[in-house]
Amino acid sequence: MSMLKIFNVSGSAISAQSQRLNTVASNLANADTVAGPDGQSYKARQVQFQSVAMGDNETRGVKVSNVFEDQTPGRRVLDPKNPAADADGYVTYSNVNPVEEMVNMISASRSYQNNVEVMNTAKSLLLKTLQMGQS
Amino acid sequence: MLNRLTDTLDFQGQALTLRAERQRLLASNIANADTPGFVARDMDFATTLRQATAGSGAGPMATAGGHRLPVAANGLGNGTTTVDLYRRGVATLSTTSNAHFPVALGEDGSDRSLLYAQPAQSNLDGNTVDMDRERANFVDNSVKYEATLRFLNGSVRTMLDAIKGQ
Repeated sequence: MSMLKIFNVSGSAISAQSQRLNTVASNLANADTVAGPDGQSYKARQVQFQSVAMGDNETRGVKVSNVFEDQTPGRRVLDPKNPAADADGYVTYSNVNPVEEMVNMISASRSYQNNVEVMNTAKSLLLKTLQMGQS
Repeated sequence: MLNRLTDTLDFQGQALTLRAERQRLLASNIANADTPGFVARDMDFATTLRQATAGSGAGPMATAGGHRLPVAANGLGNGTTTVDLYRRGVATLSTTSNAHFPVALGEDGSDRSLLYAQPAQSNLDGNTVDMDRERANFVDNSVKYEATLRFLNGSVRTMLDAIKGQ
């Protein structure tokens, strides 16, 4: 029953993709966050995928190896009336690029759907295999 | 005695096992569609099946009155697939008997005669998974898995009918 491993493989991919979707949600929610009193604005987070062997070398699942922060400087807007403005009158927003995040979201959701479909196919094939010789 | 009854099932059984293996490979490819640097793997089904059934002497590929299945020498055996599979960095062990399994060691130490899929479009992160191709292969493989299952069920049924004699 080597096909049972498909559930491990696709399951790992699904959990990795959902973590990616989670960071997208976090980034989009903080797209308009301004810098706090410490002057540090929210930094966009990105996940890094890595393939991991499951059992033997050819069966490879996915794991999130690292979540790193995008270190590009945040968007600065001149708004002296804003209480969060610094001495020069600039407000520092987060460095989230909403367009990038939306693309990331679509990609993650498509990959998620693909893996769900793989699991469904494997499930129906296994169920039919269990009924071998009975029909 | 019982051997002769079950010998005919061996070939389909091997084919079913190989189909399951290939299904697992394709699932790994789909799972790693977004992993940087991942190389897609696939197997040449016809060749692998021929290797798997050659030693046992069972099954239509090896015997069946010298009649062989029309499989192409290279490629996936069916003319519709345009996938280029290639072998890379593979060392093969020499065999001294026909009964020995051919062992091929890949560069990462993985055995079996697994091939690498030639990417249709190169990717900046080194990933060679082509989602369209993988999905097509996956559906193709699951249909053929089910077909093999039905052949197997049919053989069992024929045999049971013969035993019952009604």
